[in-house]
Amino acid sequence: MLIRKPADIRSSDITPKEVFLRRRELLQAGLMAGGLALGGPAMAAILPPGRRAKLVDVAAGKFSTDETVNSYTDITTYNNYYEFGTGKSDPFENAQEFEPMPWTVKVAGHCEKTGIFDLEDFIRPYALEERIYRLRCVEAWSMVIPWVGVPLADIVRQYRPLSNAKYVVFETLLDPERMPGQRSRALHWPYVEGLTIAEAVNPLSLLAVGVYGEVLPNQNGAPMRLVVPWKYGFKSIKGIVSMTFSETRPRTTWERAAPHEYGFYANVNPEVDHPRWSQARERRIGSSVGGLQGILGAAKQETLMFNGYGEHVAHLYEGLDLRRNF
Amino acid sequence: MLFVLCLVPALLVVADAYGIGGTLGANPIEEIQDRFGNWGLRFILIALAVTPLRQLTGRNWLLRFRRMLGLFAFFYVLMHFLAWLLLDQGLLTSAIAGEEFDWSVITEDIFERPFITIGFAALLILVALAATSTAGQRRRLGRYWQKLHNGVYLAAVLGVWHYWWQVKKDFSEPLVYALVLAVLLGYRVWHHRLQTRVGSARNSRAGLPQNH
Ligand code: HEM
Repeated sequence: MLIRKPADIRSSDITPKEVFLRRRELLQAGLMAGGLALGGPAMAAILPPGRRAKLVDVAAGKFSTDETVNSYTDITTYNNYYEFGTGKSDPFENAQEFEPMPWTVKVAGHCEKTGIFDLEDFIRPYALEERIYRLRCVEAWSMVIPWVGVPLADIVRQYRPLSNAKYVVFETLLDPERMPGQRSRALHWPYVEGLTIAEAVNPLSLLAVGVYGEVLPNQNGAPMRLVVPWKYGFKSIKGIVSMTFSETRPRTTWERAAPHEYGFYANVNPEVDHPRWSQARERRIGSSVGGLQGILGAAKQETLMFNGYGEHVAHLYEGLDLRRNF
Repeated sequence: MLFVLCLVPALLVVADAYGIGGTLGANPIEEIQDRFGNWGLRFILIALAVTPLRQLTGRNWLLRFRRMLGLFAFFYVLMHFLAWLLLDQGLLTSAIAGEEFDWSVITEDIFERPFITIGFAALLILVALAATSTAGQRRRLGRYWQKLHNGVYLAAVLGVWHYWWQVKKDFSEPLVYALVLAVLLGYRVWHHRLQTRVGSARNSRAGLPQNH
């Protein structure tokens, strides 16, 4: 029998990898919530399989819809996250091994406070809120998702943008080793998205770190993603590593990929069709094993202007021709 | 036996719809439509592979299956179309609810969305081919039958093009179909050239006039 010296024993031999990762995740949850509520390796083992650590001290936020929320399975297995593959189930299948923590966010550009910040410091000063939002994908499907996060406005103000800052630009992590989808040239990497300052400080804009009261799964953009519910889903950038205050409008990823199909604003708009398909209606996602009856339940519904958030955001676009600025 | 095998993808859709062994995922209607569309395209290509395989391997019995494979292509494309019409566009839902169905949405999509227009054109070709696929029709149509059934090449090209056009960004899957189709069509051009060359060589040896 081989007896190994202590030096040969990696920590992963002592703690099974599964439990080890889960402990990190609990730590992540605790740090984000401003204090470690759960603790110890024993807790890690009792997380239900496939689920994430619970976030604590989450307040009910404003703007939540009372529509039926999509199931956890729908939300975490049907994703567009090309960094982990272009198929809808690819992110779920390919992101399991991804370990987001530790994570830093670089703040740069026209603001008073620039630097590189640990995610905990970036998020922690703010109370977590649950916001149940509709999400409308440019591919004409939609979901209702209970996000947990902090208002983007609070974070933007924290870094004190200068008067010449007109846009906030976000980037996703660039790491083909850990994000297999980046090894193909499906899109130009890293993923870039942006908002005008007015859009960024709109009370609806959220930086999400969780879903269903739990730490954000990797396939949904862990550890932190944007959520702008009045815009098509591709604006809500995932896995954010930088926030830059810019004077000029960024060239965003999908706009760059197909400028006649995807614009900078990308506001949900039933009157302006995608060149290849209609945006007038959408299918509410919902898995079913109820045979034909269950399938027929998933009828299409009318798409609402600004995804139904017009009262909060329509004023941002007054005088703007939304047909040309799609 | 082969018949049952060809039915498996359709049976899997039904099984998954009831959660037997698998599921149709978070967007079942799209999944059904996509599966039928993919199998339609695959069967077109499989049917087109019969002749090259037969010629290259000399196994003439393969030809017996060509009609059935072609009809399965038609079956899956038809199911794809019906999934779109009845489920995606909601004709069945409206019919069950006894509501008026807005046909203008259908005609608009077919005539104004180019990727659907070409898919629909391909479907119409396959309808014509399926309707004339019986031995009786073949005899009745004589030499026009072969002309008509060369339309399968056009349907295949339109099918791949249709797939290509609706993809958002990642063309790797339609590219695979396009390459397979290119090989199958390329083979025919090559084979045809070879035949005419061999033919004309034989003809000139025999001192017969060459006709091009
Ligand atoms: C020979 C005829 C046809 C073939 C081979 C074909 C094949 C396909 C394939 C392979 C796809 C992609 C599936 C995927 O994303 O995995 C597709 C998508 C689609 N097809 Fe067809 N199709 C045909 C005819 C039609 C017709 C007649 C219609 C409707 C009138 C239609 C409507 C659609 C639509 C709407 C999509 C997009 C589905 C989505 O959103 O994913 N197709 N088709």
